[in-house]
Amino acid sequence: MALLEASRVVAGYGGTEILHGVSVTVDNGEIVTVIGPNGCGKSTLMKAIVGLVKVRTGSVTFRDEDISSQPPERIVRRGLCYVPQSANVFPSLSIRENLEMGAFIRDDDYEGRIAEMFELFPDLAVRPNRKAGSLSGGQRQMLAVARALMLDPVLLLLDEPSAGLSPTMMSMVLERIVDINATGVAFLLVEQNAREALRMSHRGYVLSAGENRLNDAGQALLDNPEVARLYLGG
Amino acid sequence: MFALRNTARRMIPEWTPGRITLAIVVVTLVAGLLPFVKMSLIVNGVFLGAIIALGAIGLTLIYGVLNFANIAHGDYMTMGAYVALFLLTGLFPTFGIEGEGLGPLTFGYPLLIALPLAAAVVAAGAILLDVAIYRRLRRRGVNAVVLAMASLGVAIALRGLVQVIWSGETQHYPREFRQVFRLPLDVRIPPDSIFIAIVAVVLVVGVYLVLTRTKMGKAMRATADNPNLALVSGIDTQRVIRWNWAIGAGLAATAGVLLAVFQAQLLPIMGWKFLIPLFAAVILGGIGNPYGALVGAFVIGVTSEVSTQWINPSYKPAVAFAIMIVMLLMRPRGIFGDSG
Repeated sequence: MALLEASRVVAGYGGTEILHGVSVTVDNGEIVTVIGPNGCGKSTLMKAIVGLVKVRTGSVTFRDEDISSQPPERIVRRGLCYVPQSANVFPSLSIRENLEMGAFIRDDDYEGRIAEMFELFPDLAVRPNRKAGSLSGGQRQMLAVARALMLDPVLLLLDEPSAGLSPTMMSMVLERIVDINATGVAFLLVEQNAREALRMSHRGYVLSAGENRLNDAGQALLDNPEVARLYLGG
Repeated sequence: MFALRNTARRMIPEWTPGRITLAIVVVTLVAGLLPFVKMSLIVNGVFLGAIIALGAIGLTLIYGVLNFANIAHGDYMTMGAYVALFLLTGLFPTFGIEGEGLGPLTFGYPLLIALPLAAAVVAAGAILLDVAIYRRLRRRGVNAVVLAMASLGVAIALRGLVQVIWSGETQHYPREFRQVFRLPLDVRIPPDSIFIAIVAVVLVVGVYLVLTRTKMGKAMRATADNPNLALVSGIDTQRVIRWNWAIGAGLAATAGVLLAVFQAQLLPIMGWKFLIPLFAAVILGGIGNPYGALVGAFVIGVTSEVSTQWINPSYKPAVAFAIMIVMLLMRPRGIFGDSG
């Protein structure tokens, strides 16, 4: 049984249907990347999985439990954490307070986990009382990932983790993802920088207009001439 | 410690030419007028500011988390004042809890018991109103204007309720005449005002500590920052909303009791009339910023008191209203916010 299984998910906003039956699976310890043109429903798929957008039909199963009608705070408790594309930190809270909020549902002592996050992202440890709103794009992205890792998730959903970052910053964030994955955390990514992301992914999905187009191993998608022509810019 | 330093940093504005000019104009005006202003009015304004602060902090917190202007906030103040009146004149005497003129104060020790009780009753009432009205509306996904209009309805209903139960007549807490403290420069301070200032300082420090030191306080700030991220972080936003109402309405009720002591009378309209100074303070400090609301409250309190030296005291709300309009035109995000 897959760790996460989204099956024929239909979802959208108000009168507009964005996803017309998308299916995605993630196995334990995998990195899976979803690529596709703008507006194909990648972000909506993420939001539907974490419960921010209602799943109209179809189902989302996580660790053998149907989570498609559960509120986000319940899903988080199951070990599925999510980092939105934008507005993914609390700007008026300090770095440390952001991490504390990531651990909101933990009743045990999470100081050790905060120390681990500072080790993983040394940039954040320099001035832990700095307001998140004053951080650079790259630092903000790292804080967002660190916040989501505070709960020791089994699966982490990242929506465009490299959006708006410099190429150096981008490869640094992606490297961190591989490091974290090595500790057993599975990832489901949505990425604009499809080439970089597919290179480090076990598998990938291509979405188009709210439907599945292709799915294959990461390297195989990179080698696929059709994918290269349509989504990787030649 | 660190949090304090962070706040201080946020309060120090960047010195752009526009701001320097504004600061010079304000300082010159204040310094030029100061010799002509009666010191007693300034002192009185500070005490009034303390009461405005308690209401304004609650109002701005509710705006921050729930994203709507609670027009009923003034009537939560009225409710607090009248619940205390009921306790002092109706309930307590049957248990033999009576008395006025505690030391230099006009009121007796029962008020010290009635104050937290009234705050708790109004806080509970505010949570019930949220469950009965605002939560239903939020679930329907209505916009902020609908929520504000619903709160206008609540305001009118609460005022009506006060009039039905306690009549529209002027009332007052059991009190005994007391001498005012006479200070140099013809400043007269009623001892009651010192009590008001102490309560306000204790509560403001308390709210600051709750917001910066407790998990729930941080979660309130987080939810105000970004409600969706709070949800996916696992923060129980329903609980945050309940705490938010409890703190906001509890502070409002306390402000109401203190206002009744300050003005030495209760009227069903007292809180409603206070709404404009409250909103002026909130807007001055930047909507949703509790520290800003605190500063805004003192500015409004002192300015509207001092204005009575030249204009009829019944125009006090108009002064607050004028400040609010000028602020909205010039710096809609408040004195500490970005302009434009």
